[in-house]
Amino acid sequence: MSATAPLTQHVVAKVGDIPDKGSKLVKVKGRPIALFHVGGEYFAISNVCPHAGGELCHGKLVGLIRSSEPGVYERTRPFEMLQCPWHGWEFDVRTGQSYCDPDSIKARSYAVTVKDGAELAEGPFVAETFPVSVQDQYVLIEMK
Amino acid sequence: MGHIAATGLIDCDIHPAVPGMKALLPYFDAHWQEVIDARGVDGLDLAYYPPNAPISARPDWRVAGRKAGSALADLQSQALDAFGISRGILNCLYGGPAMYSADLSAAICRATNAWVAAEWLDKDDRLRASIVIPVQNTELAVDEIERWAPDRRFVQILVLGAHESLLGHREHWPIYRAAEKHGLPIAIHAGSAMRHAPTANGWPSTLYEEHCSFALTFQSQLLSLIAEGVFTKFPALRVVLLESGISWLPSFFWRGTKMWRGMRKEIPWVDASPAAIVRDRVRFSLQTWDLPQDPTQLDQLIEQIDADDIFLFSTDYPHWRFDGDDPTRGLPPALLSKALRETPLATYPRLKETV
Repeated sequence: MSATAPLTQHVVAKVGDIPDKGSKLVKVKGRPIALFHVGGEYFAISNVCPHAGGELCHGKLVGLIRSSEPGVYERTRPFEMLQCPWHGWEFDVRTGQSYCDPDSIKARSYAVTVKDGAELAEGPFVAETFPVSVQDQYVLIEMK
Repeated sequence: MGHIAATGLIDCDIHPAVPGMKALLPYFDAHWQEVIDARGVDGLDLAYYPPNAPISARPDWRVAGRKAGSALADLQSQALDAFGISRGILNCLYGGPAMYSADLSAAICRATNAWVAAEWLDKDDRLRASIVIPVQNTELAVDEIERWAPDRRFVQILVLGAHESLLGHREHWPIYRAAEKHGLPIAIHAGSAMRHAPTANGWPSTLYEEHCSFALTFQSQLLSLIAEGVFTKFPALRVVLLESGISWLPSFFWRGTKMWRGMRKEIPWVDASPAAIVRDRVRFSLQTWDLPQDPTQLDQLIEQIDADDIFLFSTDYPHWRFDGDDPTRGLPPALLSKALRETPLATYPRLKETV
């Protein structure tokens, strides 16, 4: 694929399929992707933890815990950090960046949009094997 | 040796030996003088360095009729003059800090500090010293720091590697607050108050095991200081490990960082990897070192430690760590270049004031 390959949007879930703070493992072009739902927003990152390969779709969504001094726990960004089920590494669910080394260790993230079924019926979206109905809304992942 | 003498060598670990309680007696008040006399309190050398054990003194530094390291003239001729030491830090390893009674401990620590000031610091201006403190009672420990901190020849606070509890615990923090306020690094020296076995599985049978396994005690203390947030709470505090060895550092870095990456939410105040914190805030004396003989492995170890400004030159006088007249023998130039002078000056703010 050249760098100029067009992005295609892939329908991967119906809004309502994934409960709030829940996840779903989906596949786009053969790649396993962990899709998360947080308060009406959807986030998609590679399902493979960059540390040791744990399946991120089984991770817990947690807050970002920070501290200005020992004994003080500041919980920020509720449910926006994903904790790998294997070793507990934390990833920003919005960007896929790790907490411990955000510049060099990250889970690949993908842009996600929500569209009406009626809009989807007009294309050019790739529904693959996903059945689409005009009455519902759908989650789409953008991928080259 | 010529090139070393020219550098203005700074020796960060010299052990003046208390000849016996009689020498300290003038530095106690009347009550404690009577207690010590009536109870015959004496012989408080730490178990890690039994005076007659070979390791406790280099054979050619033993002088008949006195404990090795107990006379200023011996220190001057055997080390300061012999090696061209421009500044030497005295770390007195007498038993004051190890007493079970906090009051007795405080009294002996106070007398020891007074004895060091009067019998050593007053008599050779190349000498500096560490303040010994009764760690088990934070209030008394802070009193002792405050008593000596105005004397700028005291450049550091000395604690034993193993005491009542892990050093990171918050009950110790007033000690670190005082240390930071006065620009005094906290030195942790191999040695134990013998409250706990030196291994996680109980007491070993031999002095050999005690010396070997002490690297684990150092790691426990360092980890405790990091995890409890001492370096976060006291951003100007420095910690010095004396006689800890350094060959365990890479595995400590790897394991500490790996676990921090996964479990740092438990200690969110630790906002940098343990390896980064150690490289930034902790310094290590080079004697005793435990380096591989094979130069290739040595290069690998240094590369893995990945810091050339964390080592402090030391002779560990009078302990028997090397023979001959070159205390740097066997140490690679990569470790030595800054350790002889530059890093000690950067570690001890008070040392810098007078050189």
